[in-house]
Amino acid sequence: MNGFFDLPSDLQYSYLGLVGLHLREALIPVLAGLLIALPVAQLCARFRWIYPPVLGLTTVLYAIPSLAFFVVLIDYFGQSETTVMIPLAVYSLVVLVPGIVDGVRSVPKETLAAAEAMGFGPLRRYLQVQLPIAAPAIIAGLRVAVISSLSLVSVGMLIGNQGALGNMLYDATTYHRPALAVNSVLTTAVLGVLADALLVLVRRLLTPWMPRKGAAR
Amino acid sequence: MNVLNLVHAFFGDGAHWHGYDGIPTRLAEHVTYSLEALLIAAVIGLPVGLVTGHYGRGGNALALIATAGRALPSFGLLVLMVLWIGLGLVPVMIPLVVLAVPPILVTTYEAVRTVDPSPVDAARGLGMSEARVLFRVEVPVALPLILSGLRTAAVQIISTATIAAYVGLGGLGRYIIDGLYQRDYEKVVGGAALVAGLALVTLLLFWAAFRLTVSRGVRRSA
Repeated sequence: MNGFFDLPSDLQYSYLGLVGLHLREALIPVLAGLLIALPVAQLCARFRWIYPPVLGLTTVLYAIPSLAFFVVLIDYFGQSETTVMIPLAVYSLVVLVPGIVDGVRSVPKETLAAAEAMGFGPLRRYLQVQLPIAAPAIIAGLRVAVISSLSLVSVGMLIGNQGALGNMLYDATTYHRPALAVNSVLTTAVLGVLADALLVLVRRLLTPWMPRKGAAR
Repeated sequence: MNVLNLVHAFFGDGAHWHGYDGIPTRLAEHVTYSLEALLIAAVIGLPVGLVTGHYGRGGNALALIATAGRALPSFGLLVLMVLWIGLGLVPVMIPLVVLAVPPILVTTYEAVRTVDPSPVDAARGLGMSEARVLFRVEVPVALPLILSGLRTAAVQIISTATIAAYVGLGGLGRYIIDGLYQRDYEKVVGGAALVAGLALVTLLLFWAAFRLTVSRGVRRSA
């Protein structure tokens, strides 16, 4: 009865249920981070003086340990998924902004001028020229953000079992079943590797003009 | 509840400055764990990165190792290690090293691999041995990037070393974990502020190291 994928009933989820919960708690913040990062990065690329202070602020935010972030947010959002997801969104934002800024800045002036000469407005130029050229940099940032988000969700276990797959760690210690911890760590790692591979695939599909070989990163 | 008020109250309380749970002790413990982890990670990551970068081979294998390392959850790994080998410093060091090796390894590899090939060829033409080419030509040019990899690793270690407190060790995480269980937010915020401050000091130290070790010619072109 104690199969590798059979979980104690106090976890209140099946194995696949926890996987789904984990993906939701990890990926929604990355998506939110991306949606905020795009306009912020655009502002930083246009007004250069904003960039250094933004970079400084994000570095400080990144240095705050996730657990401390969670605990402070408990006061506002209780021991809930929201409390876990907000810090993860902030970390994603921090990882994404510099990459997107570099990506948008790396678009050659001639290319932008050519787009303008073809009669592209600012929005169309952004969507059809700048964003596609910056796509590899954005995806590189997303890879780091997704993989660290997936790994950090587990810490949510400490604030009232909000850690999805991380909750198995609690049961692993209390019932002394190391197999549950092995399961938690391995499942999280496999999710991370799969998400990473998926993003590499997406980049290849989005940027068919890039050379396939030697572009491992 | 204002976070700044809490920080002020935490640092203003004289009781937080003395004894085994005082700020100096916890800070010293945190710095010790972090330095040890960074040192071990550098001893693993730097040589492998330098050699593979020099020969420009094994990039895919390194990328795979780095992805796997990043994918392993630090907190889960900590709990698992404690279950397997018991309490102590070793189960804390393992997740921290696993966390820090990927950035050091990948950046060092990329830094050495992407060094401008013409001075490297010139050095070979002068009759330098491979080791001298690596240490006299490639490393000085690659140093800014290598340092940035170490910096990323250091900041991540400092922030993550807080988990040591979960398994009964000291460090600044003590304030965060104890504060969580005692519902003492002043402690949590104070601990977080100390960790963030330590990270900022680390960034400053790396900036200073950059100014001291990177040659002026490289700095100008960077």
